[in-house]
Amino acid sequence: MTTVHIPFLQTGSLAVGGRLLSADERSVQSHSDRPSSLTKGHRACQGCAEALAARWVMDTAVDAAGGRLVVANATGCLEVFSTLYPESAWKPPWIHSLFANAAAVATGIASSLRAQGRDDVRVLAQGGDGGTVDIGLAAVSGMFERNDDVLYVCYDNQGYMNTGVQRSSATPASARTATTPAVGSTPGQAFGQGKSMVRIAMAHEVPYVASATPADLRDLEAKVRTAMSIHGARYLHVLVPCPVGWGSEPSQSIALARSAVQSGIFPVLEARAGELTDVQRIRERCDVTEYLRPQARFAHLFRPGGEDALDRWRALAEANIRRYDLLGGA
Amino acid sequence: MNGHDAPPTVGLSTGPATSLAYHTGTWRTERPVYVDLAPPCSLACPSGEDIRGWLGATQEGEAGFEAAWRRLVAANPLPAVMGRICYHPCQADCNRGEVDEEVGINAVERFLGDTALERGWALPVPAASSGRRVLVVGSGPAGLSAAYHLRQLGHEVVVREAAAEPGGMLRYGIPAYRLPRDVLAAEIRRIEDTGVRIERSTPVTDLRAVEAEFHAVVLTMGAGVAHHVDIPAGAASHIVDAIDVLRDVAAGNAPLVGRRVAVYGGGNTAMDAARTARRLGAADAVVVYRRTREQMPAHATELDDAVGEGVRVQWLSTIAAVDGPRVTIERMTLDDEGRPQGTGVFEELDADTVMLAVGQDADLTLLKGATDIAVDGGVIAVDPVTLMTGREGVFAAGDVSPGSRTATYAVGRGARAVRAVDAYLRSRVLPAEPVARSASADRLNTWYYSDAPKQHRAELAAARRVTGFEEVLSGLDAEHAVFEARRCMSCGSCFECDNCFGMCPDDAIRKLGPGMRYEVDYDYCKGCGICAAECPCGAIDMVPEVR
Repeated sequence: MTTVHIPFLQTGSLAVGGRLLSADERSVQSHSDRPSSLTKGHRACQGCAEALAARWVMDTAVDAAGGRLVVANATGCLEVFSTLYPESAWKPPWIHSLFANAAAVATGIASSLRAQGRDDVRVLAQGGDGGTVDIGLAAVSGMFERNDDVLYVCYDNQGYMNTGVQRSSATPASARTATTPAVGSTPGQAFGQGKSMVRIAMAHEVPYVASATPADLRDLEAKVRTAMSIHGARYLHVLVPCPVGWGSEPSQSIALARSAVQSGIFPVLEARAGELTDVQRIRERCDVTEYLRPQARFAHLFRPGGEDALDRWRALAEANIRRYDLLGGA
Repeated sequence: MNGHDAPPTVGLSTGPATSLAYHTGTWRTERPVYVDLAPPCSLACPSGEDIRGWLGATQEGEAGFEAAWRRLVAANPLPAVMGRICYHPCQADCNRGEVDEEVGINAVERFLGDTALERGWALPVPAASSGRRVLVVGSGPAGLSAAYHLRQLGHEVVVREAAAEPGGMLRYGIPAYRLPRDVLAAEIRRIEDTGVRIERSTPVTDLRAVEAEFHAVVLTMGAGVAHHVDIPAGAASHIVDAIDVLRDVAAGNAPLVGRRVAVYGGGNTAMDAARTARRLGAADAVVVYRRTREQMPAHATELDDAVGEGVRVQWLSTIAAVDGPRVTIERMTLDDEGRPQGTGVFEELDADTVMLAVGQDADLTLLKGATDIAVDGGVIAVDPVTLMTGREGVFAAGDVSPGSRTATYAVGRGARAVRAVDAYLRSRVLPAEPVARSASADRLNTWYYSDAPKQHRAELAAARRVTGFEEVLSGLDAEHAVFEARRCMSCGSCFECDNCFGMCPDDAIRKLGPGMRYEVDYDYCKGCGICAAECPCGAIDMVPEVR
């Protein structure tokens, strides 16, 4: 596991840093001279976990690449809020692409670097769940099967948020969106739809696949570092709570990521060449309602008639816990 | 850290343009503000110690021990003593108790106190003299604390002590198995080394005769006289005061108590007397108490220790009569208001000695003729804020004045009196104490305080087994003292965990370097509140923005 072991110094490894830690025990984010690859002044909404996770991922990648990192970005929230013409909030060399082709653009960059005989510059592609799981899936899949030397990062906020919160194939069951209203006998996104991008990536048997959340910085940084130590196609899937799309308090974005993991809804794992190699165990198990209740998109689950859907959510958590042995001991 | 070489650029024609030009701070409706709140431990500490502060310095390990001790003695000059005998109300209120177990504050205090004695650290000696002379009457915990704090403020201090050795109840009341005399003597000597003069065997019998020599007087004679109850007793009965037995033992004159001892009373003195009786050879020591365990004034750990040493307790019983070795006991019952009432049922108990531990009074003979100093309920009446008695310039603290009768409280009251004495001597108004906001448990995000729980708890359990925490009398070693200190959650005060800095989605918090904490860049902070929600110790408030 890519867990970072640090000594118990008032806080453990779950905090960002700590004054008692030596410099090499610190997370990238705890350094006052961190790259801050996504800088101030971007227009992400209050409490946007995507903006946060993108800085974490890219700062670690920049550090691991010795400052030589090129980034291709799919259209989506991440692009819209960071690059309002003529300003950019990105510090690394960064290229805009279409909604569907960030993976292909990154492949092109990697190929041209190889053609120039350069192996000192690394390539990262990133997008939201729309640009990755839906619209860009063909390009991502192609990048995977050719094993192109790109780290692809998907920030999954579970919908098309910047266009007004429409459903995507990453939208969870029963969630209310603009296109899946909470009406009728099965309100919200239908159960049984959607797909797991992590398992799709694993099925390509690429060298490295991992999932992470902004509730565990150390884990996320370690996974980016591991991914950057490997050449070939790599995939990182980060769950990023979205206060606007999820109808949650901006201050609760990290708490929601935490309850998603602790309830068993979002498995945090690593896989190499298609094989599951490690999972993050649940530390303090919570009920799915702790994750669902603070989100207005699930408000109908807590009205009369919502009990069945809650039971199905619990079944989803149980299935994850069984499949990935999230409680350990199996 | 590898960073970026060049500033951000966009496009070929527009030149460099960065989002820094756009101030997202205008979106904000609430702003995060760093606060420093009072932790529950310090609020509960009768001595007013900055517990979070000295635990924080202890966390640094070896490099921080002396700084920690100096912060500790800023309030309490007797840490090795208090680290042994304090009932640590701080720990009862510690927020960590809601996570796993409270921090062993008392054990760390003792570690620091013992380390200071071992290494000979000296208390600060004041440079400038105020030219004012203050008399402290009595050298118990209140008197020692008052003398120390007066001296730190530059006043000349004379302590007059009636007994041959200073320390008051610390010396003559608390048994040596709880407080070794060399530890007490060393901490008192250290106070004397700051220039406090302690005149031994010098009782003050008439306040009027001595007060002219001084600019102010602090009365800290304690309450060393046994309270008496009327018990019909035959001529051959052996009835003694528990406090006298403790005093004799402390002075090296251990009395003969016989094989069977009955102790009458339910306070800590009764527990000390019963345990002392066991050490003096009594095979059977029975505490006779007229109420129930729930109402017993003795501290629970004292009772547990006594019972653990074979002391028996006869609940709901009073001593009705003593005749030689025959003690007649009346069974009691509690009425509707919880008061004990006689039942008329009597039984007998054999006791070679009956020790009375039914309370202690203050010896106030030195006040004779001082009609302006009021006495209320057997203690000197004082202004609740300044602790000044009815006479200008005469103050009182500790057991001789109203309040809780513990050494810790006495140390705190001694210090409090000194603040007022100092204001009085300098003709200043005593500044009002700010109302402290408590860092309550609901402000904390305790998720961050431990690592993978199994590892953490195993380590914790092991540390506890070795250290004995509070139940065992041996002290902590340095490693475990540091570990225990690091369990402090620093409630309500930033300890630089970097969560706010690392978790701001808008990169709007600046880290100012070790010890300097952070500041919010309000030009960019959107006021999402993640920093406040994820702050482990509740040191950030979200305050409505007013424009």
